[in-house]
Amino acid sequence: MSKRIDLESLNVYYGDFLAVEDVNMVIEPKAITAFIGPSGCGKSTLIRTLNRMHEVIPGARVEGHLRMDGEDIYAADVDPVKVRRQVGMVFQRPNPFPTMSIKENVLSGYRLNNNKMSKSDADELTERALKGANLWKEVKDRLDRPGSSLSGGQQQRLCIARAIAVEPDVILMDEPTSALDPISTAAIEDLAVELKEKFTVVIVTHNMQQASRISDMTAFFNIAGTGMPGKLIEYDKTEKIFSNPSQQQTEDYVSGRFG
Amino acid sequence: MTTVSSALKASSSLPRWFNPAAIIAAFGIALAFDTLAGANDPESGINLLAVGFGGFILYTLTTYIASRSVEGSRKATDRMVTALVTTAFLIAVIPLVSLSYTVVANGLARLDVDFFTMSMRSVVGEGGGALHAIVGTLELTGIATLISVPIGLMTAIYLVEYGRGKLARAVTFFVDVMTGIPSIVAGLFAFTLFLVVFGPAGAINGLAGAVSLAVLMTPVVVRATEEMLKIVPNELREASYALGVPKWLTIVKVVLPTALAGIATGVIIAIARVIGETAPLLLAAGFTASMNYNPLSDKMMTLPVFVYTSYANQGVDAQAYIDRAWAGALTLMLIVMVLNLGARIISRVFSPKG
Repeated sequence: MSKRIDLESLNVYYGDFLAVEDVNMVIEPKAITAFIGPSGCGKSTLIRTLNRMHEVIPGARVEGHLRMDGEDIYAADVDPVKVRRQVGMVFQRPNPFPTMSIKENVLSGYRLNNNKMSKSDADELTERALKGANLWKEVKDRLDRPGSSLSGGQQQRLCIARAIAVEPDVILMDEPTSALDPISTAAIEDLAVELKEKFTVVIVTHNMQQASRISDMTAFFNIAGTGMPGKLIEYDKTEKIFSNPSQQQTEDYVSGRFG
Repeated sequence: MTTVSSALKASSSLPRWFNPAAIIAAFGIALAFDTLAGANDPESGINLLAVGFGGFILYTLTTYIASRSVEGSRKATDRMVTALVTTAFLIAVIPLVSLSYTVVANGLARLDVDFFTMSMRSVVGEGGGALHAIVGTLELTGIATLISVPIGLMTAIYLVEYGRGKLARAVTFFVDVMTGIPSIVAGLFAFTLFLVVFGPAGAINGLAGAVSLAVLMTPVVVRATEEMLKIVPNELREASYALGVPKWLTIVKVVLPTALAGIATGVIIAIARVIGETAPLLLAAGFTASMNYNPLSDKMMTLPVFVYTSYANQGVDAQAYIDRAWAGALTLMLIVMVLNLGARIISRVFSPKG
C-alpha cells in the first residue's frame, strides 16, 4: 500500500506563531520526496504534520487540509492515533526503546498496542521487518540483546524496521542520517530507495547530495528571516531543482551560495 | 628531542612527599602544643577539637605559602580549596561514623534470639524482646507504602504527562506544602480522622498509624517519581506515538518501564524516610507491650516508639531497658540498610541495559 498526500493551503502554528505558511503540494505515492532548506525553515515541522505528531507539542495546531488518498486526516472525527498507524516515522536520532530487546523493538508497534500474536507470526514478522530494513544478517543471532547494544547506524535501521513492521502506507524520515557516519548513511539511503517500491517515502535532509541521489521529487523551503514563517519556495522533479530551478533562491541554495 | 616553549612549560611543582609530610607535621605540631599546654593540668586528656582545628589551620597555611612560592598562585589556590573541601567532607562524615559506631556498640549487647522472638508482655527488668515492635513497624510501613505509592505514582504521572495550567500548579504547590508538614501534625490528622469516623474506641490502631505515615510518604514519592519521569527522553514518547500507540499505553508500557529503576529507588528512600518516625505513631498507633498482628484494632507497637518508651519509662533494672532501646535502634538501622540494599538491587535489575 502506498498513498498519495495532498497538502492544501496548509498553515502550521506553534500557539500564535505561524511556523509554516500556505503550503500547497502533492506528495506522490511510490516515490521519495525530499524536503530541503536552511535550518528553521519548517521542514521538520511540516513533516510532523503529515502524521499528526505536530500536535503532540502543547499549543501546536494546523489549519488547512491534508488529504491522504482523498481523506482529510485533519477532519474533526479523525483519530490521530489511527493516522499514525498508517504513517510511520523515523526520527533524527535513533530512538530504540531501551527496555526492550531487538525483537521486542521490532514488534513494539503491535505489542505496545496490546495486540496478541502467535510466536510463529511474531518470529516471521520480525524476520520480514528486519530483512526489509537490511538488518537481519547482522542481528539474527542476537535478537534478544537490548536494542541499545547496536551501533548508531544499526539502531537507526532497527527504528526503520520498527516503523515498517506495522505495514504503514507512508514512511516519514526526519533527517534520518544526520547522526550517522557515511557507511551507515549509504545503507539507509539504499534502504530508502528499496522502501519506495512499497511505500510513499518523505525525507527531510540537510544533505543536498543525499536529496539529489535518492529522491524523485524535491521541495525547497526557505524563510525570509528569523521569526518569519517558512514557505515552500519551489517543488519539482529532483533533476529540475538541482539543474535548472525556476526560482533564484533555490538556485542560490542548491549551488551553495547561502544556507 | 622536542623542547617545550616557555609559554607551555609547566611550573615547577612541590615534591610528591610534600602533602603527606605536611599533614603529619601540622597535626604533630598541633598535638605537641596541646600536650604542652595541658602539662600543668595532668587531669585533662588530649583536646581533639583543638588538635584538629590547629592542625587544619597549620596545614592549610603552610601548604598555601609553600605552594605559592614554588608552584604559583593557581596551584596554591587549588591546594587550599582541596584542603577546605576535604575538611568539610570529614566534618560531615564524623557524626555519621560516630552515630553508627555508638548504635552498633551499644545495640549488640541485646541483639539476641530473645529480642527477635519475644514481646514485652509481662516482662519486668531483664529479658523480653521487640518482636511486637518489629512486626508493627513492618506492617505499618507496608500499609503506608500500599496507600502512598499508587497515589504518589498517579499524581506524578498527572503532573508530568498531563498537567497544564492552574490545576497542575496547585497540585505542585500542595505537594510542596505536604513535604513540609511536621510529622506530629500528620499523626494528629490521622488520630482525629479515626476519632471522628470510628469514635474513641477505634481511634488508636495500626491503620491510623499507617495513614499518618502515608501522609508523610506521599509527597516524597510524588517528588521522586516526578523527577524520574521527567528524565525519560521525550524521543521515546514520540517514537511510541509515531507507532500509533495511544498516550495512556505509551505511559504504561514505555515511560514507566524506562523510569522503573529510579521510581523503585525513590519509593524505598521514601520508606526509609518514614520508617523511623516516632511522633505520629505515638499518637496514632499508640504503644503496647503485647503482640498485635491486627492493624485494624488495638494499639500497635513500632520500633521507634519501642526505643522511645524503653528509654523514657525505664523500669527497675534501668540498664536492661536502655540496652533494649539500643538494640531497637540497631534493628531499625539494619532494616533501613536492607531496604537500601534492596533499592540498589532493584535498580540494577530494572535499569535499561545496553
